[in-house]
Amino acid sequence: MADLHLTVDDSTEAERAAVAAVLDDDATVVVHETDRLVRGGMARRKARRNLLLPALHALQAETGWISPGGLNHVCGVLQVPPAEAYGVATFYELFRTDDPGHDESVVHVCMDTSCHIAGAEAFAQSLEADGKRVHRGPCLGQCERAPAQFVQGRGEPDHVPADASTIDAPGSYRVPQHGSADLRLLQRVGVVDPTSLASYREHGGYAATEKALAIGPDAVIAEIRAAGLTGRGGAAFPTAIKWRGVADEHASRKHVIANCDESEPGTFKDRVVMEQDPFAVVEGLTLAGLTVGAEQGWIYIRGEYPLATARLAGAVEQARTAGLLGDDVMGSGKRFDIEIRRGAGAYICGEETALMESIEGYRGEPRNKPPFPSTHGLFGDPTVINNPETLLNASFIVLSGADAYRFAGTEKSPGTRLFCLSGHVAQPGVYEVPMGTTLGELIETAGGATGTTKAILMGGAAGGFVGPDQLDLRLTAEDTAAAGTTLGSGVVTLFDDTVDFTALVIRIAEFFRNESCGQCVPCRVGTTRQHEVLVEMRARGSLSDERNLLIDDMASAMADASICGLGHTAAGAVRSAIQLGLIGARS
Amino acid sequence: MFGAGGGTVSYREIEEVDVVLLWGSNAREAHPIFFHHLMKGLDNGATMYCVDPRRTSSSKFADVWLGIDVGTDVALANGVAREIIHAGLVNQAFIDHSTTGYDEFKASVEPYTLERTAEITGVPADAIREMAHVYAAADKAQILWTLGITEHHHAVDNVLALCNLALLTGHVGHWGSGLVPLRGQNNVQGGGDMGALPNKLPGFQDIDDDEDRGKFEAVYGTALNPTPGLHLTLMFEAMGRGELTAAYVLGENPADSEADIQHARKLLAGLDTLIVQDIFMTRTAELADVVFPASVAWAESDGTVTSSERRVQLTRPAVAPPGEARHDVDILAELARRMGVDIVGDCGDEGGVPVPEKLWDELRSLSPLHAGMSYARLESEGGLQWPCPDLDHPGSPFLHGWLWEDDLGGHGPAPFSVVEHIGPAEALTEQFPLRLTTGRSLDSYNTGVQSNGYTSPIRYGEALDINPADASALGIVDGERVRVSSPRGTVEMAVRLQPDIPVGLTFTTFHFPDLVDINLLTNDAWDRKSGTSEFKAASIRIDKLGAAAN
Amino acid sequence: MSNPETVTQVSVRIDGDEVVVAAGATVLDACSAHGVDTPTICYAENLTPVNACRVCVVEVDGNRTLVPSCSRPAEDGMVISTDSERVRHSRRMVLEFLGSTTDLSQAPEINAWSDEYGADATRYVEGGETISEPVKVQDDLYIRDYDKCVLCYKCVDACGEEAQFTFAIAMSGRGMGNRISTEFDVTLPDSACVYCGNCIGVCPTNALQFKTEFDLRAAGEWRQDEQTVTRTVCSYCGVGCNLELHVQDNRIVKVTSPADHEVTHGHLCVKGRFGWQYV
Repeated sequence: MADLHLTVDDSTEAERAAVAAVLDDDATVVVHETDRLVRGGMARRKARRNLLLPALHALQAETGWISPGGLNHVCGVLQVPPAEAYGVATFYELFRTDDPGHDESVVHVCMDTSCHIAGAEAFAQSLEADGKRVHRGPCLGQCERAPAQFVQGRGEPDHVPADASTIDAPGSYRVPQHGSADLRLLQRVGVVDPTSLASYREHGGYAATEKALAIGPDAVIAEIRAAGLTGRGGAAFPTAIKWRGVADEHASRKHVIANCDESEPGTFKDRVVMEQDPFAVVEGLTLAGLTVGAEQGWIYIRGEYPLATARLAGAVEQARTAGLLGDDVMGSGKRFDIEIRRGAGAYICGEETALMESIEGYRGEPRNKPPFPSTHGLFGDPTVINNPETLLNASFIVLSGADAYRFAGTEKSPGTRLFCLSGHVAQPGVYEVPMGTTLGELIETAGGATGTTKAILMGGAAGGFVGPDQLDLRLTAEDTAAAGTTLGSGVVTLFDDTVDFTALVIRIAEFFRNESCGQCVPCRVGTTRQHEVLVEMRARGSLSDERNLLIDDMASAMADASICGLGHTAAGAVRSAIQLGLIGARS
Repeated sequence: MFGAGGGTVSYREIEEVDVVLLWGSNAREAHPIFFHHLMKGLDNGATMYCVDPRRTSSSKFADVWLGIDVGTDVALANGVAREIIHAGLVNQAFIDHSTTGYDEFKASVEPYTLERTAEITGVPADAIREMAHVYAAADKAQILWTLGITEHHHAVDNVLALCNLALLTGHVGHWGSGLVPLRGQNNVQGGGDMGALPNKLPGFQDIDDDEDRGKFEAVYGTALNPTPGLHLTLMFEAMGRGELTAAYVLGENPADSEADIQHARKLLAGLDTLIVQDIFMTRTAELADVVFPASVAWAESDGTVTSSERRVQLTRPAVAPPGEARHDVDILAELARRMGVDIVGDCGDEGGVPVPEKLWDELRSLSPLHAGMSYARLESEGGLQWPCPDLDHPGSPFLHGWLWEDDLGGHGPAPFSVVEHIGPAEALTEQFPLRLTTGRSLDSYNTGVQSNGYTSPIRYGEALDINPADASALGIVDGERVRVSSPRGTVEMAVRLQPDIPVGLTFTTFHFPDLVDINLLTNDAWDRKSGTSEFKAASIRIDKLGAAAN
Repeated sequence: MSNPETVTQVSVRIDGDEVVVAAGATVLDACSAHGVDTPTICYAENLTPVNACRVCVVEVDGNRTLVPSCSRPAEDGMVISTDSERVRHSRRMVLEFLGSTTDLSQAPEINAWSDEYGADATRYVEGGETISEPVKVQDDLYIRDYDKCVLCYKCVDACGEEAQFTFAIAMSGRGMGNRISTEFDVTLPDSACVYCGNCIGVCPTNALQFKTEFDLRAAGEWRQDEQTVTRTVCSYCGVGCNLELHVQDNRIVKVTSPADHEVTHGHLCVKGRFGWQYV
């Protein structure tokens, strides 16, 4: 803050240079114009706080940690109190605040669901045997190629080794349906050159935005309302209501955000879209911004997606050069531009208000709602936040109309849906099918299950298990809700009868324990105690009645009293596993 | 300028302000809880300009800090006024309706062009223009000051110069806008309220006004001397002339706190009679013929104090006083009784011991400002802000609303004041080339008799802050002990290198007279209008120890 | 008053009774107005609610989950249940969770609620994770005992933008690893701390306490029921801060400020909080 107090630790030349590379001169809050005139103040400080996250990334990449001196330097430039900056740095998995003592890259290995059953631990050990620095962590969003790794580089860029082999390989197994005429959202994946704006436009790119500018915001929102589009992130909120709400706000600033922080274990659909059709995300966000009257768009993408980040950055740059972003978008006289923010390893930042806190340079702790982002969002301004799949749907609706959109799907759940299939299935990957397709049909589209399916995890760690008796379940919001499960973010992970469900479910509980932000008591303590009970169960071999009661008691308190969806859903998979008899039975 | 002396606004108003000029005040450290309200205002979007020779911790909250040369405040204020006038940003309707003397004032500031003002003050002209425009254009704006304005030999001129800015723009007399002198001591406002001024009776009534004085004489049952008395500085001058030979000092430590302290101590020691009434055995008490030990007013006795926002509040006894210490009023009453006078009258208990609440009720009957402030109300309403003329009156968050009334509430219009830049009494010379200014730090207080009673982890003791460039030119390093001399005396002390202090300026607190007798150096040149000495501007030189003194 | 506000009112139903409160009042305000006692831990009247502890939750018709009463504005027509099975269950679990994690031995109010709601903090897995850190005694003014910390954010907010704007401490870590900390856990004297003690003033569990209290407790001489509390005015600068002097054996043992006083809002500076030792 203003009368900032820094510790005695000095930054190194390298740290200062790394920070300077991401912060321009105007980022410095306190400016000594002469020795008698200094500018500073709260307004300048508040306006620059959002640069904290990029600055911390720069320090981490340069030295492998956030050193006291480096932190002091950033705090001095941005006038962030060091205790707060330290609080931010310690919140994120990809930052460390102790000296690593080496200058090698760190390999993050996913330990969650699909990777768990694909031998993640053995994989991690083999890497260690090769002399690699390994960090065991949460889902990396590469479930179709489990076990997954992500390299946090020192002296090399962050990267995913698998990208080197599958990059730009149309027809790779990630989207087995590619090229099919039935595809809407995935129509360009594997077809278009993801690094070329010209290629994107050849394949229909920016036609939706042209039309949106022609018909105007009200018609755009009316069409989306008629289509009945709901958010694809998991909460399934009607998109038109969100957009209308922000469009109606009289505010000097509004924002639109693409929530590209998909981190739900088992989810990788947005990554595939961002990597293979990045302009579609940029266009979708542009269309949303122009429609609701926002001049600033933000792409918040998880830190473990280096290829998608690069592709999106390239797309934004090309769009800007081509006048598709900037002060006069497509000659409309409207201003709109996009800034990309990279997350730093926090599942919770997929929660929309935690994501906003993260962009703003704070710990990714969810806000209490109400107020909702449509009135008090990013920086307190009215904000629309959607994930890429939702934005792509909106573009499709604007271009093709509500009737065409409703041609697929059911009355209550219109349109198509992206599903992420992984685990014991023949062809893991992203699939687009009409809503209302049955679970069994979806699995058949992916070549069918391998082995004898014992359970299917719907909606990821935040969802729940269903048994193989549910193959006739129609994949709509209403049918899954009636069956006591969820579509969530479109996760369908299959587990055969060789799986050690006790170990799997303990890992899911551990995931929530690790990913709880810790802000509210029910989730902070509940996720911890839940995990502890399951570990005890493994030792004892079964769950007593008292323990079952305790799990239920904790589950209902987390679901009822937590601030956000993480706590609300943290017991879902555990309880469904108990109910299905996958774990805890007395032997 | 406007009548009764007191801050014109309430603390809470600054939470809603648009523009603040913090001028000669390091409130972050000297008035920390007021600063909470100010920071809330900044957090709510207010813009703050800080005018101070030092880059203080308060200034670090400012949008713009203007590092003015010590003692050039009048020039800066006049320059700002001229710019407001020339830019057409004056509130002409307010000036026409509520003020007088504008034309003369306008003419008087004409020479203070931006360029000339910049030259005098050391502040860039662009910043002066910017501050003038932002202040004038604001909807709600306040000017706050402390001793940086008043501890000068032209203190009253400084204050009047700031008042002129409020009159030009109409930033006074309505919610959120005003002029705020932050009081340095917990009851300096109350002392004034209660008539502890040479020319005033309680409630700012005039001692030389027969009607005002008559009210008091009737209640007190005795005639009062109608001649205004002497303020502290004049008393010391009278001591010097041998005209004042006895002093009764209550709760002050002038033997440590006066400027040019050697001189002051000599005068105190030379008195025929010195009586000191205090809670501590201060250095002044050590010089006394008689010492009356008093109880700690705020923790051991009933009474009232008045804050910077004119809020009268109760103090209550929490602990019993030690030994023979007694309530200040008891001591006075007993002394009077021994001299054969009953000053308690109806305000005592059965045993004739004064009862603070009864004394207060008598005061209420004489001071219209306080008439509505019963102990019961002060207790239940968390204090009340004067004026509070009757028991149904809610107290007054801000003053001078009459300026905006059609008939000026029966007052005469507020006068502009013509004031000219004079500068510090003591110019820098070849022999004494550095400017010394003094102030407070957060965890300490005045001469330290109270605050040195606890161990503060953030206290660094006394040191002379100096710019590293000056230190380097003198060949001295951080922490080095040096000899510091002014035309009046010499002390030895450590230096502390401070990049935040401009070249040519030095600073120290005055909290540790036992360690460093800093007022050996300060200038006792004083303001004829206020009686305040120029603590803020002495000229000094620094010599390395061991080097021959000049 | 110069600032007349147009006061409008809203009407809610609390446990079946109609309650009318001013617009802008929270559900908690409405409950208090109706005489319903609501447990709160992270709430303080002089701080913006962070609604992190969740012990004040109530049931509001039409809401899928329970609602934190401390921060939710009362809306016209709201139907609120404060004593339903769901509400009692979540409150009990929050109190159990805290009891299983934190040393609440100096938090009598929380213990009373735990009794009232039947919280049993002993039914969890033995050896579960707790904070478990030595008491931090780094100066003569106050101590920090984070085993007693419920991570309510109040000290952070009082140190930061709710009052003091010093930001010497902040939440660090994540999940159960959350700690109130200076940067890199440097000692308070090395941090930005200016010893206003406003963090102590808002701490609900005595995790932060005056060194005087800590020493008296260690000596077995802390006798709260014998103490008197007297309200007076600070003796230092001219701001006029109200103090509450806590006195035992004719000695001041700690100083607080009333949260409802419009000068301090319960907050003091180092001189007012600690500068009384000369008395």
